[in-house]
Amino acid sequence: MTQLTGAEIVLRALADEGVEFVFGYPGGAVLNIYDEFFKQDKVKHVLVRHEQAAVHAADAFSRCTPDKIGVALVTSGPGVTNAVTGIATAHLDSIPMVIISGQVPTHAIGQDAFQECDTVGITRPCVKHNFLVKDVKDLAITIKKAFYIAKSGRPGPVLVDIPKDVTAAKCEYHYPATVELRSYNPVVKAHQGQIKKAVQLLMNAKRPMIYSGGGIVLGNAAPQLTKFVRLTGFPITNTLMGLGGYPATDPQFVGMLGMHGTYEANQAMQDCDVLIAIGARFDDRVIGNPAHFFREGRKIIHIDIDPSSISKRVKVDVPIVGYVADVLDEMAKAIDASTEKPDPAALKAWWTTIKGWQAKKSLDYKNSDTIIKPQFVVEKLWEITGGDAFITSDVGQHQMWAAQYYKFDKPRRWINSGGLGTMGVGLPYAMGVQLAHPDAQVACITGEGSIQMCLQELSTCKQYNVPVKIINLNNRSLGMVRQWQKFFYGNRYAESYMDALPDFVKLAEAYGHHGMKIEKPSDVEGALREAFKQKEKLFFLDFITDQEEAVFPMIPGGKGLTEMILAEDV
Amino acid sequence: MRHILSVLLENEPGALSRVVGLFSARGYNIDSLVVAPTEDESMSRMTITTHGSDDVIEQITKQLNKLIEVIKVVDITDGNHIERELMLVKVRAAGKDRDEMKRMADIFRGRILDVTDKSYTIELTGTRDKLDAFLQALDREVILETVRTGASGIGRGERILRV
Repeated sequence: MTQLTGAEIVLRALADEGVEFVFGYPGGAVLNIYDEFFKQDKVKHVLVRHEQAAVHAADAFSRCTPDKIGVALVTSGPGVTNAVTGIATAHLDSIPMVIISGQVPTHAIGQDAFQECDTVGITRPCVKHNFLVKDVKDLAITIKKAFYIAKSGRPGPVLVDIPKDVTAAKCEYHYPATVELRSYNPVVKAHQGQIKKAVQLLMNAKRPMIYSGGGIVLGNAAPQLTKFVRLTGFPITNTLMGLGGYPATDPQFVGMLGMHGTYEANQAMQDCDVLIAIGARFDDRVIGNPAHFFREGRKIIHIDIDPSSISKRVKVDVPIVGYVADVLDEMAKAIDASTEKPDPAALKAWWTTIKGWQAKKSLDYKNSDTIIKPQFVVEKLWEITGGDAFITSDVGQHQMWAAQYYKFDKPRRWINSGGLGTMGVGLPYAMGVQLAHPDAQVACITGEGSIQMCLQELSTCKQYNVPVKIINLNNRSLGMVRQWQKFFYGNRYAESYMDALPDFVKLAEAYGHHGMKIEKPSDVEGALREAFKQKEKLFFLDFITDQEEAVFPMIPGGKGLTEMILAEDV
Repeated sequence: MRHILSVLLENEPGALSRVVGLFSARGYNIDSLVVAPTEDESMSRMTITTHGSDDVIEQITKQLNKLIEVIKVVDITDGNHIERELMLVKVRAAGKDRDEMKRMADIFRGRILDVTDKSYTIELTGTRDKLDAFLQALDREVILETVRTGASGIGRGERILRV
């Protein structure tokens, strides 16, 4: 058999794994690998302008496709440290991804060599797993393991660190079709007895509630969830990460829950007598303080692929570990077969209660003829894109408005950093999504704070003709910080005002794109239509919005789900 | 409550730091930790002594199981078990102390491993409590140096932890 160099093996393995795009940035330690990119045309390389963006783009590539895995390639030292934010972002949202990093040659490791850092050590707490490959013979199998670990069980990012001499050394190439690890066997088949118990609880519920999260999206379980919800007739809420897992325009959907969730979703979470959590993890932005969330007599069923997510923050009565899609299928079968059925009168009364809460219209806002309301821009965007665009967002007020007012009917359309809350993801996310779906409408809802954190990627977008639409909700302040300062810090706006903002229109033009500044509500629709009409062009739409607008409802930090502040209270 | 977790894991570089990192990252306690390869060189066995509420111990067990290189985790304090810790103590053994030290070592079933005209080095195994009791029985002044391994544990009878 012919001998391949480590660098050739990396490229061959990526091609054999079906990798289409690698997002990366070259440097000394990965030069051998880059030389192989030059010699082949199976795997396309996308040259970003900062390693953080490479990882975000790869992360988004995974998020927006049900079966593909994003790959990022960075050099040693600063290449890796720049990538860490991206890796941690993917890790907290359980995104399958493979990061390949260059390392100084094995003989130089530990010598404080140029561009050396302890990559495996630095990334250990923010990856699902990582490897340092010290022998070229281990390289192919390690890459196989990396992809397998990244996508199986609860997904997550896996990093493979490859010293430069390993990329030069040679050995025979064999890429295994499958790989087994004796120490890694995620539970996938749920316990039948538990499913039976869960169904029994659900059939006897008077005030049932379904609460589903990102696990539905990651587990490609939206069809099974939809079937389950329709079958039961129960109300359903989604977490921020779960949006699109169930159609938002469906009447059984009561909106997103949590810190900025709807009044009805939060009230129903608190007042239900049987709660079924599916691929969600009761995090602090969702249920607030667990002590407030506790309700005597309420039973909780929890389905998750990761046993450690169960009974972590909230004690659960019926834990079910397994792939959510399979568990929901089995539950639907068990419900069909069950002699017990939910009490229709009780369910009707429960819906009447919920409709009473819905009458509060907690997402209503006062529109204006003179100043652009950010919610209005998102609503118009939804209309103009037919509710069918891929929406990425950054982090802050605009992220919450996007989640509240863009009604996602399909999974993997809503791409945002829910767990780590990383400002700056929006543009590289949009890049990754557009490259995965070249013909789709892709919009990045952002703010003038976040967009400046990965702004350099406008250059990458130019190089690869990535025609995303940037919806900049420009309120001249770090809106979410400002909102907290307004409510909880006596209007002392410490460092949340953005002075000396650039002219975003000129900036977009400087990068070779189109920019528009929109200052009047009456111009919003026209600008959006124009941007989406010009399919092949990147548009930077700078909407000058109302600085005083706050995100409602809002649960103050540490409070309970029913302690919401509504717009009408302020 | 105190728990002893026995962990079988791949004998690979970095595996130990993943375990230790997990404890510090999630704010769990490590009272002691012992690790060495097993009769099968590809695996290490680790004994972690920790404390926490039942909920915390449950999370620790689940989080340990989540580590890719961890093969099995058992809380051996769930059932009958044996635990032993090894301690080496260097004590002053001169003049009137010399006979007293020998007697103390005998009472606690210790063995004297090294002798000089001024000191003894005593080896002692037992539970943590027994080793503590020995140290408490000595005058602090005579203790020159101590080194302890932390507890190793194994289930009694047919309780077997292996792959």
